[in-house]
Amino acid sequence: MSNLAWIFVSTLLVNNFTLVMFLGLCSFFGVTAKIETAWRLGLANTFVLLLTAVGAWTLNTYVLTRTPFLRTIAFIVVVASGVQIVEMAVKKHFPVLFRQLGIYLPLITTNCAILGLALFQTSRHYNLVESLVFAIGAGLGLTLALSLMASIRERIEVADVPVVARRMGLVLVVASCLSMAFMGFAGMGSAP
Amino acid sequence: MTVTLPPPPPAAPAREPAGRPEFVPGAPPPAPVLADVWRGITRENPVLVQFLGMCPTMAVTNTLANGVAMGTATLFVLVGSGLIVSLVAKYVAHEVRITSYILIIATFVTLADMILAATFPDISKALGPFMPLIVANCLLLGRAEAFAAKVGPVRAVADGVGMGLGFTLSLSLLSAIRELLGRGSLFGHNIFGPRFEPWVFMVMPPGGFLTLGIALLGLAFIIERRRRRAERAAA
Repeated sequence: MSNLAWIFVSTLLVNNFTLVMFLGLCSFFGVTAKIETAWRLGLANTFVLLLTAVGAWTLNTYVLTRTPFLRTIAFIVVVASGVQIVEMAVKKHFPVLFRQLGIYLPLITTNCAILGLALFQTSRHYNLVESLVFAIGAGLGLTLALSLMASIRERIEVADVPVVARRMGLVLVVASCLSMAFMGFAGMGSAP
Repeated sequence: MTVTLPPPPPAAPAREPAGRPEFVPGAPPPAPVLADVWRGITRENPVLVQFLGMCPTMAVTNTLANGVAMGTATLFVLVGSGLIVSLVAKYVAHEVRITSYILIIATFVTLADMILAATFPDISKALGPFMPLIVANCLLLGRAEAFAAKVGPVRAVADGVGMGLGFTLSLSLLSAIRELLGRGSLFGHNIFGPRFEPWVFMVMPPGGFLTLGIALLGLAFIIERRRRRAERAAA
């Protein structure tokens, strides 16, 4: 039980997927202009992460035991089909959210966080329950990072910054500060 | 069945001219190939201008050797997948193109992963899961969908070489700065001597964001100054 709690806290804060492990940076910089879209995309990501965790664990345990070199290809197929399912479900049940997310919903496929989760849970030999906790922690960590960044960027929008810093430069320096703040959690211990 | 049959005929001829505007098989490539290469290094640099492939850019640029290895592997995958995508694009149905392209990319990534593990096992171990993560690099799918699928194999390869070189050069620059300041070395060779106190911050995650941020601020400064000079010259 303490092991599960540690995996959760570790992926949520100490080794935050986005700010410390650098996974899912495309959506971190691409979708964080508005806070409403940011946290909703984070939750959509969490759902895809959960599906991927189950899919990757099943593949690893029952299918790919003798062919580890097919992992990359097999995982990306799982991710792509998972995203497809989420896209159809969101379109049917939450049409408003579907319009808001637009192009970023299919783009979850090329979100490194999803494939990264499958690869990391493999290299760390997590069992099914650990994988699920890992996925929830990673997804909430991603949502947290996206919401934090979006709320800062909404403030930057109305601030009077030098012409040179109007584009991505300033956003990256802000991300550096956020990442530095998350380094503070390293005092809680390192990854298992 | 009768409902699904009508759509393809109008779709196919409409896609043919739009998909391959300039390329005629057998004729020399219309646009200069070198321009395709140069574009990727400078004006459309994937990291410094387009912000594509951010995850590997940040995650592996803590030492120069890692940065160069990741850049070279990405160059290999870009060229290989660009070539295959440009050859098969017209036979792939529109609905499954993304999945098909990503499978082509994943095949080349697996190849690159195995070659690296066989030739440089240390670097392969240091990169860890970030090597297979090249599949999820938006740069690859972006180039396959936006460029390689629309042109002939020669231009697709030239574009792959250009984008790959631009990516490798940016990664090398960032990782050289980070390794030099964070460890006082380049490729593991000590540069500053034993009295240098390593600026450890630079090889940690926030250092990656900060280095790229400062590089972008510097680039924006140069572009802004050039624009103002041009304005003054015109006035």
